[in-house]
Amino acid sequence: MNIDSIQNGVVIDHITAGRGMRLYELLHLQDLDCSVAMIRNVSSRKMGKKDIIKIDADIPINLDAIGYVDPNATVNIIRDGKLVEKKVIGLPERLTNVLFCKNPRCITTTEQELNHVFRLTDPAHRIYRCLYCETKASEQD
Amino acid sequence: MKSVISILDLSTDEIDDLVRTAGKIIQRPQDYSGICKGLKLATLFFEPSTRTRLSFEAAMYELGGNVLSVAGADTSSAAKGESIRDTALTVSCYADIIAMRHPKEGAPLVASSAATVPVINAGDGGHNHPTQTLADLLTIHREKGRFSGLTIGLCGDLKFGRTVHSLIQAMSRYPDNRFVLISPEELKLPSYVKKDVLQAQGVPYEQTTDLVGAMPDLDILYMTRVQRERFFNEEDYLRLKDSYILDMRKMAYARPDMSVMHPLPRVNEISVEVDSDPRACYFKQVLNGKYMRMALILYLLREVGKVEY
Repeated sequence: MNIDSIQNGVVIDHITAGRGMRLYELLHLQDLDCSVAMIRNVSSRKMGKKDIIKIDADIPINLDAIGYVDPNATVNIIRDGKLVEKKVIGLPERLTNVLFCKNPRCITTTEQELNHVFRLTDPAHRIYRCLYCETKASEQD
Repeated sequence: MKSVISILDLSTDEIDDLVRTAGKIIQRPQDYSGICKGLKLATLFFEPSTRTRLSFEAAMYELGGNVLSVAGADTSSAAKGESIRDTALTVSCYADIIAMRHPKEGAPLVASSAATVPVINAGDGGHNHPTQTLADLLTIHREKGRFSGLTIGLCGDLKFGRTVHSLIQAMSRYPDNRFVLISPEELKLPSYVKKDVLQAQGVPYEQTTDLVGAMPDLDILYMTRVQRERFFNEEDYLRLKDSYILDMRKMAYARPDMSVMHPLPRVNEISVEVDSDPRACYFKQVLNGKYMRMALILYLLREVGKVEY
């Protein structure tokens, strides 16, 4: 699949090589019925190597999840075969239901309807903490 | 609407204002005795507590208000599975202000986002306990006359002790303070508090396991209990609980004007013989806690236009 073949869909480009699969999982792309391409280690003049994800459907994308995994990634929206919008994400201030608090003492463990919200507390080190209990999101999150 | 979930929800100006109000209440309690007439405080305590609940209730009664009380999750709708959000919305229909204690961290924040009246966090698990910190701050101010230029020793459970973390956050905002962190290796201050609070604000600190060695430098010694309920393992608790016991032999190394503070309840970490030493301030802290809770209730009710003072 290449970008020109998408009529209506989303291309997530400039993903740091190696982070594509993490993003694939966080966006739950395995649950989609449409064609999804996960392309790893693509040669890039700027980045050396990069990952690209192409989704062959015009679906809503959780930009916060993308920004969390890779703030340098870009999101290209394709409609009728043309690039209509290009978004540079950056590091989101808040993540809602992207990460899930693992602190057994956190209120999110008992309040089932509560959104899991993490806020950016240290942009330099990309540290997010749970809004409710301030537990730090761990690396594997 | 203003709620107080963490001590950092209050600016240093607001804390100064609360300290001033508490000072006025102490001087002329009669001026404040009817100020909350017709208003109700709901104390929602989903975790065992004696002193904090009584302190809030005494504070509201001394302001001339009334108290609605729920003590224990087993006696409330929480036992039927009601959410914090629904509880907060419901209680907002009855009360003008809510004080909430809950074993789960973040529960009062959830309540404050749903409630239509101000919410005060009266302790959420091992997380925040801002009114204890307000009691500590008033005690420091009344004993030392200032919030700056102090060497503060924190001793005992610095890992799980929420009062310690909050006090460090609060006192780090004032200039020229220094901390001496005295604890066994297993109960050292978490690295994120050191990094995010002390190092981030350039506050000097040292860590030691030697209580006696640290004593001569201290303006304040803040003792804490090694809490059984914060341990998953009983053996670890029994091994560490007696690590640091303050007695008159150790007090001999302290300066004559050092203040001994403790959030209470104590187990055995301060010998009873220390109680009669004029440097012991922990029962004054209890009283100061009530005055600061009175000041905070007034402040939050003034913010929503229900009282004037």
